[in-house]
Amino acid sequence: MPKDTGIGAATTRREDVRFLTGRGQYTDDIQTQSECAAVFARSTVANGKIKSIDTSAAAAMPGVLAIFTGDDFAEVGGNPAGWLINSRDGTPMHEPKRPVLAHGKVRHVGDAYAAVIAETVAQARDAVEAIEADIEELPAIVDMKGALASDNYVHDEIGTNQCFDWGWIEDNRAATDEAIKNAHHVTTLELVNNRLVPNAMEPRCSIGHYNPGTDEYTLHTTSQNPHLTRLLISAFVMGIPENKLTVIAPDVGGGFGSKIYHYGEEALVLAAAKKLGRTVKWTADRTEAFLTDAHGRDHVTKIELALDAEGNFLAFRTETMANVGAYLSNFSTATPTFLHGTLMAGNYTVPLVYVNVKAVFTNTAPVDAYRGAGRPEATFSLERVIDKAARELGMDPIELRRKNFVKPDQYPFASAAGLEYDSGNYDALMDQMEKVADKAGFEARRKESEAKGLLRGFGVNAYIEACGIAPSNLVGVLGSRVGLYDAATVRVNATGNLSVMVGAHSHGQGHETVFPQVVAEMLGIEAESIDIVHGDTSKIPFGMGTYGSRSLAVCGSAVVRATEKIINKAKKIAAHMLEASDEDITLKDGVFSVAGTDKSVSFGEVALKAYIPHEFPLEDIEPGLEETAFYDPANFTYPSGAYCCEVEVDPETGKVRVDRMTAVDDFGNVINPMVVTGQVHGGLGQGIGQALVENTTYDENGQLLSASYMDYTMPRADDLPFYIVDHSKGNPCTHNPLGVKGCGEAGAIGSPPTVVNAVIDALQSGGKNVTHIDMPMTPHRVWSAMNNA
Amino acid sequence: MTKVTMTVNGKSVSGDVEGRTLLSSFLREDLRLTGTHIGCDTSQCGACVVHVNGEAVKACTMFAVEADGAEVGTIEGQANADGSLNVIQQAFQDHHGLQCGFCTPGMVMSAAALLKDNPKPTEGEVREYLEGNICRCTGYHNIVKAIMAASGQDVTAIAAE
Repeated sequence: MPKDTGIGAATTRREDVRFLTGRGQYTDDIQTQSECAAVFARSTVANGKIKSIDTSAAAAMPGVLAIFTGDDFAEVGGNPAGWLINSRDGTPMHEPKRPVLAHGKVRHVGDAYAAVIAETVAQARDAVEAIEADIEELPAIVDMKGALASDNYVHDEIGTNQCFDWGWIEDNRAATDEAIKNAHHVTTLELVNNRLVPNAMEPRCSIGHYNPGTDEYTLHTTSQNPHLTRLLISAFVMGIPENKLTVIAPDVGGGFGSKIYHYGEEALVLAAAKKLGRTVKWTADRTEAFLTDAHGRDHVTKIELALDAEGNFLAFRTETMANVGAYLSNFSTATPTFLHGTLMAGNYTVPLVYVNVKAVFTNTAPVDAYRGAGRPEATFSLERVIDKAARELGMDPIELRRKNFVKPDQYPFASAAGLEYDSGNYDALMDQMEKVADKAGFEARRKESEAKGLLRGFGVNAYIEACGIAPSNLVGVLGSRVGLYDAATVRVNATGNLSVMVGAHSHGQGHETVFPQVVAEMLGIEAESIDIVHGDTSKIPFGMGTYGSRSLAVCGSAVVRATEKIINKAKKIAAHMLEASDEDITLKDGVFSVAGTDKSVSFGEVALKAYIPHEFPLEDIEPGLEETAFYDPANFTYPSGAYCCEVEVDPETGKVRVDRMTAVDDFGNVINPMVVTGQVHGGLGQGIGQALVENTTYDENGQLLSASYMDYTMPRADDLPFYIVDHSKGNPCTHNPLGVKGCGEAGAIGSPPTVVNAVIDALQSGGKNVTHIDMPMTPHRVWSAMNNA
Repeated sequence: MTKVTMTVNGKSVSGDVEGRTLLSSFLREDLRLTGTHIGCDTSQCGACVVHVNGEAVKACTMFAVEADGAEVGTIEGQANADGSLNVIQQAFQDHHGLQCGFCTPGMVMSAAALLKDNPKPTEGEVREYLEGNICRCTGYHNIVKAIMAASGQDVTAIAAE
């Protein structure tokens, strides 16, 4: 049995070797002889009418090969929204067209209205400067509240800036209102979930290639889901037949959501490649990434929590404005609704939840799913208002949460927000958190901080999320226009090693190491003989890619199902070879044996027999050993956790330092604990970044003030501590074959409210009556709150 | 165009470059050494850190012509002579100090420069030194741990994997 490389082994990652030696191949690393460069002309105003675009001077510049404007794409389709949301009154959301290049109007700073193709990037860049665009600047729509009241529209043709007005669960609205009206106590909090830029370190890049001999296109692109990108380009935007388009996402340098979506640049390089018969490459610079990658979060929320005299939760009610930016990115309408509203019961037995979300168009970059996607917003609202309620009622914040937790004997649990949680034990997680975080030692540490003139605070959080995004039937009912299964093909080669083609895409998650661990465990062979193939639509089955912590829960389950088929067929072949019946064959440590005898054949011998089928029962068994499985789960998975944070606040400056950060998570079963821990670390870094330093700022004219690393604060190594991470208290998912729940987003979901709760605790311990500070809690904001309290 | 000649990873190379060609572009596009990555436009992210005459330099802050005659080291030249990972690279693998791998070359090159000047850095010194290298995947925990391990320090007490 492969103890060192199977399920549960903290095996080091095989993909690391190429990354550590500079041999990774990211999209921009691909260079070809016939390559030419695309550079985009982007709007410098947030809202403007395109009156004319004169490209004649630019076209005469050295090296220029072609120039495209919105007119060139007027007849092709738009980039669609993947999820239909209906408003409370039953009317469908507004879906304005999102063209490849802006046409008629530009709608945010960075909106591309033309593209130059030239021999070199420098020549294309020079020519972009020579394009004479007459764009009449119009008043910008930036603030969401103002947008809803305005008769100035981002999209004139729809006559409103409201995309939809969604209620969840609408049938609970009246009862929730009544519960809040009659409650013993109601805690109210208004908060902002700050707008973030995902900032994968690799900027987006796309390379288009066209072969006139076969009429085939190839797109290399920075994508988390190449099949989805191909589908969108083929079925909606360009009309290129799917079988004539190959999409390849090679090594991808992080995504965090921003590379789920199809972007217009991908369509442009394909169109240019066909027109010129050349390979056309576009690589974003960092400011382009800030201006055009889909942003995250950006909710403004009022939340109310009704409690009885004993602290039992009676109802949560929220009103949220969610910014969708200037155009609907592919999953922008699902993020503030079904990835947010359905989680608004949290880990609690609260009987009533009502969520209202108004999605608002503004003259800003599109906003879509960013690590956690809706669930961080839900958790932040819930866990902040619960903390505030505890203070108002004079209750311990941990005890208040425990009092309302779903208990282990209540699963499956139907939450008041419409989900069915399958497994969990929130009290056990809280117990473990108190233990590994040494909560008992907090008071002593607080005294040490006080001796240094610093205020120490302890903040806590409990979260649940819906992962393994997932069941096609369920998401279909909820408005999804795609299925959310995944797929895997296991190919046993004649010489006994394996290639496993998967629909999931690895851009840091370690699939090349972790997926083989699963197959190795099932077959009883070494993981080293198993390779993963991903990211190329011409090689992999139609899977939906990687986001929503779904790779292992959904695609990993498909790998299990395909491997089960391999084992079943291999047993039949072994039975023939051993002259036994199928049901007497057992597989252990890579050897097929006849039960109760010493007769056996190795896995490798069976593989060879499958491909050299001499003396083979061809009437019963096909040659070859290759199987495909599609897996569509019965439910979401429900990771949960208990987090705590200790901060030190300098009362002189307002500077916050995270001293200790503890994450105790229930991810169900764990395949590779090293990789899982690393995923949590990354989420914690991003969550602490959101809480303390990151912010996306547009001015009143819609100019993005934070469009570089000199202006947008990325967390650095010295902003963050070593973390304490524990996932030893997992309760397996009950409905997928691995019992796994997903771990990619947890850290970013659980940490922001934990940090804010800790800062509020610190300030209150210092006698400051501060009940809330919006993120990011910069020294200026903290100092101001303290000195105005 | 100007002719430049330099030694890169021990080999003499030359090329004709425009005055505006950055060292990072020369390495990536002319020499096809694509391990040096470009992650920003403002010399903040550190994905392009290389060694120039033994010092850590962001290759996007230097014109190729400025490196004329210099000894340049890139990530492609860091492995041991037999192709195995060097001590720092091995520590990054052992301690899961990378995920997507994009910032990794710069991290490894910065770590090498740090350990040359400060063979046994404290946690705080490592974190401060990495001010100019941004990673979005790891939350830095395992990068700091890997660099301390590469310096020969016992890191078993630092939060378990």
